[in-house]
Amino acid sequence: MTKQATLIVENLRKTIRRKEIIKGISFELKEGEVFGFLGPNGAGKTTTIRMLVGLIKPTAGRISICGYDLERQFTEAIRHIGCIVENPELYPYLSGWENLEHFARMVRDIPKERIVEVVELVGLQNRIHDRVSTYSLGMRQRLGIAQALLGKPKVLILDEPTNGLDPVGIREMRGFIRFLAETEGLSVLVSSHLLSEIQLMCDRVAIMAKGTLLRVDTVEHLLKEQARVAWKVEPLEMAKAILAAETSIFRIDGDTLITPYEPKKLSVWNKKLVEAGVAVHEIQPKLPTLEDLFIELTGGETIE
Amino acid sequence: MSNLVYNEMLKIVRKKRLWVIVAIVAVLVALFTYAQYKRVQEMQERLGTTDWRTQLQQQIIDAQNRLNSSSISDEWRKYLQIRLKQQQYYLEHDINPSAPGAPTFMRMFIENAIDLFLPLLVMVVAADLVSSEASGGTIKLLLTRPVKRGAVLLSKYIALLLSISFILLTVAFLSYFISGAVFGYEGWRLPLLTGFVAQGEELNTANVHMLPQWKYVLIELGLAWFVCIVVGTLTFMLSVLVRSTAAVMGIMLAALISGAILSNMVSSWHSAKYLFMVNLRLTDYISGTAPPIEGMTLGFSMTVLAVWGLAALAISFIVFTKRDIY
Repeated sequence: MTKQATLIVENLRKTIRRKEIIKGISFELKEGEVFGFLGPNGAGKTTTIRMLVGLIKPTAGRISICGYDLERQFTEAIRHIGCIVENPELYPYLSGWENLEHFARMVRDIPKERIVEVVELVGLQNRIHDRVSTYSLGMRQRLGIAQALLGKPKVLILDEPTNGLDPVGIREMRGFIRFLAETEGLSVLVSSHLLSEIQLMCDRVAIMAKGTLLRVDTVEHLLKEQARVAWKVEPLEMAKAILAAETSIFRIDGDTLITPYEPKKLSVWNKKLVEAGVAVHEIQPKLPTLEDLFIELTGGETIE
Repeated sequence: MSNLVYNEMLKIVRKKRLWVIVAIVAVLVALFTYAQYKRVQEMQERLGTTDWRTQLQQQIIDAQNRLNSSSISDEWRKYLQIRLKQQQYYLEHDINPSAPGAPTFMRMFIENAIDLFLPLLVMVVAADLVSSEASGGTIKLLLTRPVKRGAVLLSKYIALLLSISFILLTVAFLSYFISGAVFGYEGWRLPLLTGFVAQGEELNTANVHMLPQWKYVLIELGLAWFVCIVVGTLTFMLSVLVRSTAAVMGIMLAALISGAILSNMVSSWHSAKYLFMVNLRLTDYISGTAPPIEGMTLGFSMTVLAVWGLAALAISFIVFTKRDIY
């Protein structure tokens, strides 16, 4: 099952006033996947996204969209991208429908039926002829997605798509993004500061800090690697000596030892502890959240 | 491209900018019409309404007497002859020179509006053309379409030119129809004198000739259109450079008002004639009012304005197509 890469980023760099903001990042998006973009504030997520959609010119590096080079073949390349950069800012004095018509006019060959189609897709039929200034944030977000989908893009880039939505809205958005990737075969790049969101929604994640990509991997993979077991044992020192001989000990939390999670070896380790006369009160596998991983990777930099 | 221009016009219209302008013009024209009406009434009271014909006849006789005397220069003689023809025309066509019709009002309105009022109306449209997209964030959506940045900006500029033309037509129509309700709609063929050249203290009348009023008004409208385009282009450039619409308005207003003030005091500062804001009163060259700095001519002023306009246009396009959008 080899899926085609729709967006390829190679060694992207951006220097602003002699300060290197993006320090050479590379990744690619495949057809039908949701790709998460994680990083603390100021990591360079938004700058990267703006370079991907042509708003900022990279200092060096290459962005290719469906085989077209973004810099040299701008119109062909950008045709395959739909995006919302930060907030979905539309013309508040026009109706939702007029906004869509406005953007449809900027692309060749978008029939009226396509507008009707995207409106239904995002579920805005009832309010589409009202002025955008009367819309709630959730409706604006939907309209933003509608305009991004107008030109039938191959790549959808969403900067903080769940920003400002209520829990129901967030769940709907999550389902919608999965639907677009799975059913419509779009590549979706999502940036978010909500780690739990990324964990639930994305196939692969890139973790970014200080202008570099620390890790790019599937969510499953990242999480499995970081699984832990907490041992509640007595006496602590003796157990520590025994376990240290078998595996590495990450840290000691009060009367609990934290070791890597290796399901097949747990019973062996446990047997050794019991045989040595250590009282094992509790063995608890701890599946980490992306958050733990993130904090570990970025060295505890604060995230929003 | 026509689609893009349509988009830009739609935005201008839906922001209700043009209706605000129409309303402002209608109110002001009505106001000035009333003021002018009062003035004409006062003048007629002073001179008497019935004997304007006799008065004109007297003036014609005076002029003829002067022409007959041999002590006047050729130049002066020519001027008197032309004026004589003008006065005879008034008499023959039963026109009271102190009671103007709608075309005369229109002409005076354009002459008085060209350096401040018309540029102000243009600014209402031009100031936020680009800056509002930047401050509203919609620029990000606009520039991530399969359209080159240059084409996006060009469509905005064409929309601006269309709006400026619409504004001038509005001013022309409203000033004609509103004032006509009071002064009557006659007077298109009224002969006017033009071609005076002020040279220092003297008025050079060598090139004076008569022009029917419709031609005169058309020329002035054309000049006003030119001034509006240059002011519009400069505002457009500021709108590209500055994100805040209020700042654009402020800078442009300061420039325009400083121009009005400078015009009264720069007669000895010669290089000031290269500033665009002292060159805005193009209609003065037609009516023969002395320019603020000696040596300025219609051609000179139009060249200065054109250079400013083209430079502004070039800067707008270079900056807009190169800039990173944050």
